Amino acid sequence: MQLSGAEITIRCLEEEGVEYIFGYPGGAVLFIYDALFQQDKVRHILVRHEQAALHAADAYARATGRPGVALVTSGPGVTNAVTGIATAYMDSIPMVVISGQVPTAAIGLDAFQEVDTVGITRPCVKHNFLVKRVEDLAETIKKAFYVATTGRPGPVLVDIPKDVSQHVTEFIYPATVNMRSYNPEVKGDGGQIRKAVQMLLEARRPMVYVGGGVVLGNASDPLTRLVRELGVPCTNTLMGLGAYPATDPQFVGMLGMHGTYEANLAMQHCDVLLAVGARFDDRVIGNTRHFFVEGRRIIHIDIDPSSISKRVRVDVPIVGNVLEVLQEMLQLIEASPVRLDPEALKQWWHQIGEWRSRDCMHYENSTTIIKPQFVVEKLYQVTRGDAIITSDVGQHQMWAAQYYKFDKPRRWLNSGGLGTMGFGLPAAMGAQMAFPEATVACVTGEASIQMCIQELSTCKQYHLPVKIVNLNNRYLGMVRQWQQILHGNRYAESYMDALPDFVKLAESYGHVGMRIENPADVEPALREAFALKDRVVFLDFLTDPTENVFPMVKAGQGLTEMLLGAEDL
Amino acid sequence: MRHILSLLLENEAGALSRVAGLFSARGYNIESLTVAPTEDPTLSRMTIVTRGSDDVMEQITKQLNKLVDVVKVFDLNEGLYLERELMLVKVRAESAAREEIKRTADIFRGRIVDVTDKTYTIELTGPRDKLDAFLEAINSHLILETVRTGASGIGRGEWVLRV
Repeated sequence: MQLSGAEITIRCLEEEGVEYIFGYPGGAVLFIYDALFQQDKVRHILVRHEQAALHAADAYARATGRPGVALVTSGPGVTNAVTGIATAYMDSIPMVVISGQVPTAAIGLDAFQEVDTVGITRPCVKHNFLVKRVEDLAETIKKAFYVATTGRPGPVLVDIPKDVSQHVTEFIYPATVNMRSYNPEVKGDGGQIRKAVQMLLEARRPMVYVGGGVVLGNASDPLTRLVRELGVPCTNTLMGLGAYPATDPQFVGMLGMHGTYEANLAMQHCDVLLAVGARFDDRVIGNTRHFFVEGRRIIHIDIDPSSISKRVRVDVPIVGNVLEVLQEMLQLIEASPVRLDPEALKQWWHQIGEWRSRDCMHYENSTTIIKPQFVVEKLYQVTRGDAIITSDVGQHQMWAAQYYKFDKPRRWLNSGGLGTMGFGLPAAMGAQMAFPEATVACVTGEASIQMCIQELSTCKQYHLPVKIVNLNNRYLGMVRQWQQILHGNRYAESYMDALPDFVKLAESYGHVGMRIENPADVEPALREAFALKDRVVFLDFLTDPTENVFPMVKAGQGLTEMLLGAEDL
Repeated sequence: MRHILSLLLENEAGALSRVAGLFSARGYNIESLTVAPTEDPTLSRMTIVTRGSDDVMEQITKQLNKLVDVVKVFDLNEGLYLERELMLVKVRAESAAREEIKRTADIFRGRIVDVTDKTYTIELTGPRDKLDAFLEAINSHLILETVRTGASGIGRGEWVLRV
């Protein structure tokens, strides 16, 4: 069948089972939009800024496990999208980004809205393509989906010059794709897996450390079974929240810079550490020299060989799909008569119990001023722990991670790697689009929300009834916290002056706005808001501006060198 | 330590910039980089001379392997290898120095490939230290211009790097 490049693009998306494409039109993609207009298989969601298109597609992928798709025009369309592409890249999110480019004859001539898209995005994509001939288009899009979704996932960009989208060719969508330079399917080495199981079973103080790879690899189930079978403590990273259920007694909380006392100490004092789909990030294990413990052995399962021994040397590396490796480990454990030494394990749990008794998540509540932690706790209760929570970046993100107990994967969507303010609201849209019946809430702050606030308009247009939980402390809270602790209370440019009236702002977009100033009103307001199932509700909570996130490990320090509260400052 | 990496990569626009971009983005050092198509025109062979500790070399190799355009990566230092570099040197060759330069070039098995009344252009091939030694042997103020290709490397023996 003879089709134009634009029609081929849309047909390829259809072949890939794409439901939604998030985008913004412009000159270089007009043919593609024309093709979109003339079909009804792929639904286009018009955002108000390209960054939001990327975040929404990204969150769609995080929530469903299927690749998100975004469509932007050349030049500023692409540069606006870069933040979203980099966000997805840092968190290994499968996405396909289609960008328009100036016609091939104009490339390199500084044409209107021309930018070197392949060059600009190269460091923040898993791979990218510039399609110069319409004959190559279908195969390239097939490759893009293949690369984005296999191995360690990531965003892949396909840059399509305007004339390529206009030219006509025979459309054949390849059934399979073969790339000699890309072989992502690796099977974990059987010998290494046996060694790992033996090491775990011989441990006296074992610990399991779980990252976002378990969420991305859909491996929560075997992971949870393995941890329960062994009876060992488990921690999740910020990206791994939900991979192991937070309400399970074997869960010791999130670890890292704002992790729990017990999780960080258990990481440091265990004798065998099983790391699954995690990458020993600086925010997670702090200073690598301090993290090193003589005699502690580390098993590391990851699909990406370059994640292994990057920051921390490990003893048993296993390169492979976490789901398959964990299933294999579980089979070996279930078949083995050997179990961990019960006496040693009991002592280890006793030690962890002592650390837990510090109750590091305790905060002083107030009857006069709203504590942000209290809002998240109430949010958890009101939504029965069953909402999809998105967040922006800063203190509110950490409080959401600490106080909302995620029992299932793909319920906590946040920009962990890049730390992108502005992620939360468009991410909530993407999640709501994927799951129209789900309760979706964006926990944000008055600074972050303003970075993509224009998306209140998109929410209106597509009836996306997300709930915005704004922890409004009138500060760039995390910046203020660091300035207080590390920069002698000099609050340089961290006060958010001249804030809008968020209630009126929400109302002007046709949404419901609520301002909550008293602790006693927190729960009733949340109940009222979440009862409005078909409306966007902007809940503006005026919270304590001096509240800090604890525990805290200062950047560059050791994981156990924690500040537990204001008394440690 | 100095390492010579041999790569096979897709002979596609942008493949070189992906490799070069990786080195600059991750702060790895490149001493030299050469690249040209192989007998199979869809493949390019690249030789990168770099320096790094074992840990850094492990990361460089892994990161290179992650690039979708890279088909194979091999660290030649893992075995015996040959290393050759081509240099063209234009020197002032007048009066007494003229004969001396010719003799030095002969000693180093260099060839004079262009001649004027005042200059010689000498072609020299060899491992890096031989080329360095030649430049040392010539009076430095006589050297007008040097062009070096950077090293190309290949493993010794019957072992081959191919797809």
